[in-house]
Amino acid sequence: MSCEEPFTYMLQIKNISKAYKRYHRKYGRLAEWLGLGTYHEKRWVLQNISFDVERGQAVGIVGVNGAGKSTLLKIITGTTRPSTGSVEAGGRISALLELGMGFHPEFTGRQNAYMSAQLSGLTLAEVESRIGEIEGFAEIGDYFDQPMRTYSSGMQIRVAFSVATCVRPDILIVDEALSVGDAYFQHKSFGRIRGFREQGTTLLFVSHDRGSIQSLCNRAMLLEHGAIIKEGNPEEVMDFYNAIIAEKENTTVEQKKLNNGKVRTSSGTGEARVENIGLYNAMGEMVEFVSVGEQVELRVRVKVFKSVESLVLGYGIKDRLGQVMYGTNTWHTRQVIHNPSQGDEYMYRISFPANLGLGSYSIETALHDRDTHMGANYEWLNLALVFNVINIDKAAFVGSNWIEPKIEIES
Amino acid sequence: MIISIGMLKDVWSFRDLVWSSVKREFQSRWTGTQFGPIWLVAQPLATIVIFTVIFANIMRPGMPAHDSKFAYSIYLCSGVLTFGLFSEMLGRSVNIFVENANLLKKIHFPKLCLPIIVLLSSLINFAIIMSLFICFLIITSAFPGWVIFSALPVLGIQLMFTIGLGVLLATINVFYRDVQQTVSVVLQFWFWLTPIVYITATLPDIARNILNWNPLWPLIQAYQGIFLEHRIPEWSSLVYPLLLGLIFSLLGVYAFYKLQGEIVDEL
Repeated sequence: MSCEEPFTYMLQIKNISKAYKRYHRKYGRLAEWLGLGTYHEKRWVLQNISFDVERGQAVGIVGVNGAGKSTLLKIITGTTRPSTGSVEAGGRISALLELGMGFHPEFTGRQNAYMSAQLSGLTLAEVESRIGEIEGFAEIGDYFDQPMRTYSSGMQIRVAFSVATCVRPDILIVDEALSVGDAYFQHKSFGRIRGFREQGTTLLFVSHDRGSIQSLCNRAMLLEHGAIIKEGNPEEVMDFYNAIIAEKENTTVEQKKLNNGKVRTSSGTGEARVENIGLYNAMGEMVEFVSVGEQVELRVRVKVFKSVESLVLGYGIKDRLGQVMYGTNTWHTRQVIHNPSQGDEYMYRISFPANLGLGSYSIETALHDRDTHMGANYEWLNLALVFNVINIDKAAFVGSNWIEPKIEIES
Repeated sequence: MIISIGMLKDVWSFRDLVWSSVKREFQSRWTGTQFGPIWLVAQPLATIVIFTVIFANIMRPGMPAHDSKFAYSIYLCSGVLTFGLFSEMLGRSVNIFVENANLLKKIHFPKLCLPIIVLLSSLINFAIIMSLFICFLIITSAFPGWVIFSALPVLGIQLMFTIGLGVLLATINVFYRDVQQTVSVVLQFWFWLTPIVYITATLPDIARNILNWNPLWPLIQAYQGIFLEHRIPEWSSLVYPLLLGLIFSLLGVYAFYKLQGEIVDEL
């Protein structure tokens, strides 16, 4: 292979840092303008970010809230200026930053679409020739000629996306915006983004959704405290990201469940309790995201606090609506523990393939003496654990089960 | 200077946006109304009718050295209408960055488009009201003739003064919002500290010495001279507002250029 051909980047980010000035005194800024010394402190939100993106590459950016993702995208877009460093873009940038695009609530979708498209540098004639297509892609019907204040956030994002992508940009920047839309529009917009990528558009994509990062991007980077702490293929980076989150969650497990908005209910007489529960992959790593059909292991550590006649562990996998996908117990599997005594600990390792549809699932556990927890109920715990099933390597499908098909076509 | 030429070039490439925004601004004023653009004329027409009919026929304040019964009306209109342009433009431009925070944070476009949109839409408003005033002058056979064109350089100085001061204050207003409050108060005083309603001849010398510092006075005086006495302005009197306008424009562009990065951070 020849290496002489000059390698060109679509986007070169060199040493970008960003500090916001924080003034302690109200008139500090005024005093600075008049040349009376320095009164501010710098709060760094980005530190020495450098990376290059090739033409047609799709880069996913992940990180917890406040890691600096949005600031980075704003700097690349040009709305915010970096304190140091430079951005060199090899083409037209179109950006979809957070919710809305600065739409005016009193104007109609059509007027806002004109305005937005012109703000992003299109001439009137260019917008006029594309307005029909923008309207068509947004698919919001008569609402397109209604004031924007009557729109739902999903409808706003439909218009925003349609405008931002009415001309294929050389670089497309999407900041979480699409997570607001409904599933139908998400698929439609991902389809358009994929189409752009095939034609050479470079993509920068911020999302918390592992599924969309892994399905859209061929590279990912993890930002923490304003610095890139991990870069690589999306799967690797997402695993690392989840590990960081899991680490944090382990120390504050109880709190997190409460913050969740959902209430974990536990009940029972307390003779035995679940001490620890976790879902692990084939490599023995604790996971939150599971790919369809992946072999996983549910590990449940049970401690006996008072000697009882028999001990049965039951568990159920529920979907986000609370419907049980599967459930059984050790009575049915003939693995009842007889006469456990106080202080005994048992580790249950339950392995199964995650033959589930895409979505979020929870696991409930029950400790009792025989086939149902209607008899002696030692402990019952719902939302003991939450995990997500995502599709990484299977053909697209719908439904709540993974029923592997084998399709043969004869003619 | 190179900076501002580059900026103007950016703005020029967004001229479609500027024009559409101006158009939209006018449209938005009559969305939901039955008579639409008629309302655009109704408001200024009312102003002119009040000033002319009422002051000419009912109140009739005396104007020394003018015997036309419309003399005071013309004097009043040439001051009120032009000061109105000044105060509308300044009042709106002070707010321009704060008002469009949502846009500035989300979309990258030349920020200087915003004051230009204000400039153009205020000017169109002014053109409507001025043409009504000129109609009145023609009807009452008080039209100044070709002398009216000498109002154009005066208007030019006024616009530069206003927009320069406007951009400067708009930039400061992002960081200290008191500016826009102050401006609306100051504008009221400014109106009464300019001989628009009253006549300079009635003022004591001390008051005149203070008024000499008012950069709007020479401008308003020039308009009054053109419309009432059909007299070409004394150009030397306009040097002061011209210089001040230049200083404000340079300061405005400088402050804007220095702080434009921080503007978005602060909003």
